Amino acid sequence: MSLSPSQLKHVAHLSRIALEESKIPALVQDLNAILAFAEQLKDGRLDDLAPMAHPLDQQQPLRADVVNETNQRDILLKGAPATEQGLFLVPKVIE
Amino acid sequence: MSSMNGWEVVIGLEIHAQLATKSKIFSGASTAFGAEPNVQACAVDLGLPGVLPVLNAEAVRMAALFGLAIGAHVAPVSKFDRKNYFYPDLPKGYQISQLAQPIVSGGSVTITTGAGEKAVNKTINLTRAHLEEDAGKSLHEDFAGMTGIDLNRAGTPLIEIVSEPEMRSAAEAVAYARKIHAIVQYLGICDGNMQEGSFRVDANVSVRPKGETKLGTRTEIKNVNSFRFLERAIDYEITRQIELIEDGGTVQQQTRLYDPDKDETRMMRTKEAADDYRYFPDPDLLPVVIDPSLLAEWKASLPELPDAKAARYQSEYGLSPYDAGVLTSARAIATYFEQTLNAMGSATDAKLCANWVTGALAAQLNKANLGIEQSPVSSDALAGLLLRVADNTLSNKLAKEVFDAMWAGEGDADSIIDARGLKQITDSSAIEDMVDGILAANPDKVAEYRSGKDKLFGFFVGQVMKAAQGKANPQQLNEVLKARLGPSEGSS
Repeated sequence: MSLSPSQLKHVAHLSRIALEESKIPALVQDLNAILAFAEQLKDGRLDDLAPMAHPLDQQQPLRADVVNETNQRDILLKGAPATEQGLFLVPKVIE
Repeated sequence: MSSMNGWEVVIGLEIHAQLATKSKIFSGASTAFGAEPNVQACAVDLGLPGVLPVLNAEAVRMAALFGLAIGAHVAPVSKFDRKNYFYPDLPKGYQISQLAQPIVSGGSVTITTGAGEKAVNKTINLTRAHLEEDAGKSLHEDFAGMTGIDLNRAGTPLIEIVSEPEMRSAAEAVAYARKIHAIVQYLGICDGNMQEGSFRVDANVSVRPKGETKLGTRTEIKNVNSFRFLERAIDYEITRQIELIEDGGTVQQQTRLYDPDKDETRMMRTKEAADDYRYFPDPDLLPVVIDPSLLAEWKASLPELPDAKAARYQSEYGLSPYDAGVLTSARAIATYFEQTLNAMGSATDAKLCANWVTGALAAQLNKANLGIEQSPVSSDALAGLLLRVADNTLSNKLAKEVFDAMWAGEGDADSIIDARGLKQITDSSAIEDMVDGILAANPDKVAEYRSGKDKLFGFFVGQVMKAAQGKANPQQLNEVLKARLGPSEGSS
């Protein structure tokens, strides 16, 4: 598999990463080298193996349904650039 | 409304049901509704660096219960994926959801549309139900060009219940949504409150020419917070799509919002293609394993569900399929009905009770826009009234008067009957006296009746009732009157 310049732009848009046009050819080359490296996995013989969901051979520990977090709004709002009436403020997001 | 002739409607629903856990799906923050903004949003819900989600055992149990209730496959191993998209009410930049291995797949429910002889049953298959986290809320008003973000809801556990596109009308879609709504409430896994957003229905709607097997382009309707609006929104959308195509246009795949004030849907956004979400397995979460013995234990814990209850009401109480369906349509109604029956003790009369719960009580609740759990007339109070109907103290008409007084808060049935002197006259000699008095005062009418004018029977009933101030027992009155008048020659 390899990535075209337009596919790279699409993926960058989805990730909200701004790319300089001039850097795209080099990035395409780098990314395709990485993809080619990963392609080697295809040569492995996996026919009799079940797909793994996680590299650790363990199962998800569960927590009891208990409320143990207290109100930390004041501390958590401190990290935000803008707040009002206990809300985080962000640039308007309606389309 | 455009003609539906020649068109087939295809509807699939996605229902998001908030699970009734105390804490969030991956954190120990509270899920209680209505708190001040952001007081129930912890570091995990905010997606701060370095935090690790830990799955709530109760959310797993509740999702599994739903699967068991609809006869679905509950996966012994399921896993979580990240669904990537950027929206400020989802601060991590992704939603933890389940794509490839959902906890529940398959299953079906039976819906009924129409009533009485026109009732039609249909099986609707489900695709899947998966666990995921809810997003926060965006508030778009009053912040001078900014959007306010409240993350209290972020991380609330949801099951997203996805149907196959098997519904063919708005009525079927509503019947299906109501059935799922009833099931999650019976299971106690969701409070079902649509106003507060605990139970949210999105409808995928498309149309195609009859006979066509390929699906038409669909639109997704969001923002529907009642069953009534769901039906109207789908009907509007069906008409819009058919008119668009008949006028030579094409349907665009998009998300549309329903506006109840204007009774129309309008475009919210063009739909991003599914692969744009770039799902991948969440490395923070391990596979979820459900032990078979635990699953068996949960299965044994299932309560009696709506269909089973409706069948029992028919076989045990002799109720009609329609009444049984109405009484079991919500857990709260069934509970009220059963409590009323219990409170009537040995005088239990299920049909009488069903008539009142689905009739006078339902009408008043509907008028006052109240749920049955908010009824000003409790099940005990209604039982007190029905006992007086069962023992013939009250005719149905008088009972209705007493019921209205109870609704208005005038006390229990017995005290209202005393205060208003509403006791029905069941003393047969008193009724006979009244009948004789009326017949003696109307000899010409009696003669007419006996010579064949049998319609006058109603006149006599009315006269006696008037004399009795409406309190004569109607059955006894009829019997006495028939005996005293003798045959009317015109009647056979």
